[in-house]
Amino acid sequence: MEALRRTPLYDAHVAAGARLVPFAGWEMPVQYEGVIPEHKAVRTDAGVFDVSHMGEIEVEGPMARDLLQQLLSNDITKLDVGEAHYTLLTNEEGGIIDDLIAYRTGEHRYLLVVNASNRDADYAWIKEREITGSDVRDVSDDFALLAVQGPDALRKIGIAPGTPFTWEMGTVGGIEVMVNRTGYTGEEGVELACPSEDAPALWDAIVAAGVTPCGLGARDTLRLEVCYPLHGNDIGPGRDAISSGLGWVCALDTDFTGVERLRAVKDAGPEQKLVAFTMTENAIPRGGMAIEGGGEVTSGTLSPMLEVGIGLGYVPAAVAAVGNVLTIDVRGRAKQAAVVKKPIYAREG
Amino acid sequence: MAAAESYPDDLLYNEEHDWARIEGDEALLGITWHAADALGELVHYEPPAVGATISKDESYGEIESVKAVSDLISPLSGEVLEVNDIVVGTPETVNLDPYGNGWLVRIRLSDPSEKDVLLDLADYRKVLDEQ
Repeated sequence: MEALRRTPLYDAHVAAGARLVPFAGWEMPVQYEGVIPEHKAVRTDAGVFDVSHMGEIEVEGPMARDLLQQLLSNDITKLDVGEAHYTLLTNEEGGIIDDLIAYRTGEHRYLLVVNASNRDADYAWIKEREITGSDVRDVSDDFALLAVQGPDALRKIGIAPGTPFTWEMGTVGGIEVMVNRTGYTGEEGVELACPSEDAPALWDAIVAAGVTPCGLGARDTLRLEVCYPLHGNDIGPGRDAISSGLGWVCALDTDFTGVERLRAVKDAGPEQKLVAFTMTENAIPRGGMAIEGGGEVTSGTLSPMLEVGIGLGYVPAAVAAVGNVLTIDVRGRAKQAAVVKKPIYAREG
Repeated sequence: MAAAESYPDDLLYNEEHDWARIEGDEALLGITWHAADALGELVHYEPPAVGATISKDESYGEIESVKAVSDLISPLSGEVLEVNDIVVGTPETVNLDPYGNGWLVRIRLSDPSEKDVLLDLADYRKVLDEQ
């Protein structure tokens, strides 16, 4: 087995008492104090996550925009320099090779932040399709990425509020960083990119500002409460983007890989849909559990904020409406759930 | 806050990190500090039914954290006399007090001689050291 990779913050995690686990080929902190307190810190105060394992692919050149318009589902021609959007790398069947954030970093330059587990596959896919006038580079090892999230996150690290899905250069703890107004928690916050060698000092400055170190465990429960899909669980290459509930990031009037298939699914209506649900009985759903009538749970946990079992799963379109009762096979016990509106958790008021 | 690491010397253990406190022909069963710590803060306990028969080395219920599910492997065979409703209502009790208020079931032993093959504290510490 190949040795696990470590981020520039490995020593900081060990010093902070993290429990480290293998994740997508990396040795990553799953928790420090505990998933639940870390989750609540992000919902009520501020938390920081090391997400340096994520991949970064740079596409540059006069034809960079044209290349990405052919490969990504969202309309990249709408991005100005300083803007970003959520988009999908699709295959010929309209399945999702990866979901990612595309940043326009220059007139002819884009940065794609991709899932760690898909970094190599994404790079290979895009590199193979490179066209004259576009240069595709895997720059993942150059960058560290820290997500700072929560209602008090920006104030604590001295960043002024800004428009979601934009980026600018800024300074945190005296370190120059790319400030990305993005996140995976549903809270206000930023993702800070910096050169790998600056990461330990940046982490120390953020923690010293009173931001709680958070692991991948809380990252997963936070994203699930707000129904952000996780690639490899809720979405993947074997399921089209429309059925996956991501039609809103598919510009079907543009010409990208798999668009014809997606137009056909949209016209006919998907056979299955990805729905959010909460348990109405005392049980915790988990990925892989069967939903009666031909469905399957793709993610499940106990919501730390709502203190009930919650999940995402595919069900036949006929039973996907909000309020429908689902019966889930919880290791041999039939437990009931109800389809709910996304997001499952939203702050009151 | 979770309890500090400890393993009482008046309990018997199995290699799956379950403990038994035998009192006459009855026993209380629970999970050790190590098991609770490995799972993290517990959020769900799926107990057996009162009156059910449980068997040594087989699952008699489940306990879950946010991230994971673990089978409860009984160290002894018997009939379930009582389920700890405190843990059903507040599973975190196990993290706070794994050998006291965090017990899981009380059983009537069907074969008291089974205790002879369980681990005493010295043997259980060897299991922990190997992990």
